[in-house]
Amino acid sequence: MADATSPFGSSIKRREDPRLIAGRGSFLDDIKLPGMAHLAVLRSPHAHARILSVDTSKAEALAGVKAVVTGADLPAAADKIEDLGEGAINLMYLSANILAHDKALYHGHAIAAVAATDSHTAEEAIGLIEVEYELLPPVMTVDQALADDAPILLSGLRTNEMGEMGTQPTNLAQHFRHQRGDLAAGFAAAAVVVERSFRTETVHQGYIEPHTGTAQYNSDGQVTIWASTQGTFAVRNQTSEILRIPVSQIKVIPTEIGGGFGGKINVYLEPVAVLLSKKAGGKPVKLVMSRTEVLQATGPTSGSNIRIKMGVDGAGKLTAAHAELYYEAGAFPGSPVGAAANVVFAPYALDNLQVDGYDIVVNRPRSAAYRAPGGTNAAYATESVMNELAAKLGIDQAEFRLLNGAKQGDRRPDGVQFTEPVGLLETVQAIADSDHYKSPLTGKYQGRGIACGYWNNWGGKSSATAILNADGTVSLNEASTDIGGSRASIAMQFAEAIGITYEQVKPRVGDTDSVAYNDVTGGSRTTFSTGMAAHNMGVEMLAQMKERLADIWDVASVEYANGDFSGGDNRSSFPQAAALIYKSGEPLMVSSTVYPRNFGPGFSTQLADVEVDPETGKVQILRFTIAQDVGRAIHPSYVEGQMQGGVVQGIGWALNEEYVYNEKGQLLNGSLLDYRMPTALDLPMIETILVEVPYPGHPYGVRGVGEVNIVPPAGAVANAIYNATGVRMEELPMSPPRLLAAMSEKK
Amino acid sequence: MAIVWIPPLIRPLTDGKSQVEVEGENVRAIVDALEARYPGVAARIIDEERIRPGLSVAVDGTVGNKGLREPVGPNSEVHFVPAMTGGS
Repeated sequence: MADATSPFGSSIKRREDPRLIAGRGSFLDDIKLPGMAHLAVLRSPHAHARILSVDTSKAEALAGVKAVVTGADLPAAADKIEDLGEGAINLMYLSANILAHDKALYHGHAIAAVAATDSHTAEEAIGLIEVEYELLPPVMTVDQALADDAPILLSGLRTNEMGEMGTQPTNLAQHFRHQRGDLAAGFAAAAVVVERSFRTETVHQGYIEPHTGTAQYNSDGQVTIWASTQGTFAVRNQTSEILRIPVSQIKVIPTEIGGGFGGKINVYLEPVAVLLSKKAGGKPVKLVMSRTEVLQATGPTSGSNIRIKMGVDGAGKLTAAHAELYYEAGAFPGSPVGAAANVVFAPYALDNLQVDGYDIVVNRPRSAAYRAPGGTNAAYATESVMNELAAKLGIDQAEFRLLNGAKQGDRRPDGVQFTEPVGLLETVQAIADSDHYKSPLTGKYQGRGIACGYWNNWGGKSSATAILNADGTVSLNEASTDIGGSRASIAMQFAEAIGITYEQVKPRVGDTDSVAYNDVTGGSRTTFSTGMAAHNMGVEMLAQMKERLADIWDVASVEYANGDFSGGDNRSSFPQAAALIYKSGEPLMVSSTVYPRNFGPGFSTQLADVEVDPETGKVQILRFTIAQDVGRAIHPSYVEGQMQGGVVQGIGWALNEEYVYNEKGQLLNGSLLDYRMPTALDLPMIETILVEVPYPGHPYGVRGVGEVNIVPPAGAVANAIYNATGVRMEELPMSPPRLLAAMSEKK
Repeated sequence: MAIVWIPPLIRPLTDGKSQVEVEGENVRAIVDALEARYPGVAARIIDEERIRPGLSVAVDGTVGNKGLREPVGPNSEVHFVPAMTGGS
């Protein structure tokens, strides 16, 4: 267990920081291979069109062009659903998203790709490809997709209602329901009922490093892919399924990653790069997407229509809640509505509820995971209604949540019980007790809002090996790509378990041939699960070292305390012991693979102060505090960074970020000049309160911390805007034009 | 006996019952017992000898990792729920 020498709780400088800060990190665009060809992709200018023909002959004839591929070059994909790392996906749809098959389904959908000696030649060749389209009406919203006469995107799609398949072509891919108690009786018992409908727009993860694909098809059939990804094994699995190449013939090498937030799990370029490399005689090929390509064609998260109805009795206890969640999946099924259906009411104890979830295809890019996928939309709607209920009853917004907050023994909307301690109430209380909450607002157009959020987190499979070096250091080889500091948090858990310093551990992220299977860095699982594997290895390596020393020293047993091994009259520091073991016999290496059955959910409560400019509708965030149940903060500043990052992304979602399409379904704001993400100039320092309710299923009490922080911000900001202006915003983003219009309407 | 929470959209097959008590030492046996009493339920939960893609089974509050082989105790609570996916 942790003692005075424990690395836990100290924000140790990470080993990789000097290299990254000095610009010496190796990112994917830094990979330069001899004879490398460069890629360009032809993308559909139309949101919805049948592809009648693709003529690549002129492009192929251009000097410098090495290879051209279209959807026709992809092996026929099975109409079969598989889980390839995170979430189930139909293989046919996965393939059709890489290179369009018979239809272009969104503006920017890849139609063909070219490999050439340089990027300029590749771009020129793209312009020589002739595509004949039959234009179809674009289907851009939930309402358009579900209209009786809606154009159908996918001819084979049928509605799945818990295993019962519909018989007619549709844009509604799935409908499910959670229900318990007596909804009608619950609303009948309510003193106050509030019902509202909300709309949220498509937003992007906004990682700084664009997608890049680099691959080489070797003459022996072996494939090497260099990837900036959240999961090397996910890249391997997806590429294997799309191209029908056995996983044993694919090696994926990770590089440093410049942000992912869920958006770097799906593959876009890697299989195309492999195809082109093969066609180009084994030349390595590479493509770096432009920002416009990133925004047009890589995973944004779903826009949504949400209806919430909640009732409360005169004492302030919730009596019933009903939600309808309509999530836009993009061009292929798979929106995060399943997760949203729990997030929507999970923070509150409810006996009577119903949640209906709908997964709907529209002519937008295929949605991808984005930090607590689906959660921000749902919580924005619920938390807006929660504050309205509190106001109608005259109850303080924090007190209202303390009255109704979920605790151990309560149930999520899907009925699954919180069987172990959860920290929601502690986070609400932390906010209620904060200096921020006790400080008065001072301006006429200032307002304050609270919101709560839930995220399920995940366990997943993790694998790692640890090698004892002769100088007393340990080489820790894992496969969880490091998005924001997990090498440190994992190494710290190994150091804690074996009883050495963090500086003695050398973590690295290995390729798919060097470590056993490992799930993606996602679901807030890495410090939890890979950390668990690191703990197991630390315990095992220490036990083996004691055994080996007992044999060397010819004693019955060996103890280890305060950095020293001792047995009989023998004493040895850790490095001395490592040297002894190194000289005495076989090298010492341990490994661990884990697949935790249990993992602790995360809760967060957030408090926003805003000031609204009544002339322009611009919202300034004056102060923002987040309290989050982090289980156990292994590396506190890293945890704080996660909390602050999630809040900032949520504020962007709340106030400015949205995909803007014209009537033809073409994206109008495909650059970071027009797609408005918050900058440091827009925000105050985000204040953090780390609430530690240890999760009993982890050796160190760890809970995932990466995602729940993005769930409440939009709700907190919406409630603050209402408090400032009396205007209840029913649409995200609450951008100046929208807020100004709403304020004018109220007058 | 284990208590199975029946998903609302399958309740038409269970005479509207939201909870059913059945015996079985694992999820496979539980589904077989449900099928024996309410024909058609198994096809809604199982596809090609596995839990349907996009569906998860939770036993006693835990979404397990063994699918149909997930052990079920005599007093367990079993839920069939839409799978959730993660992000960053």
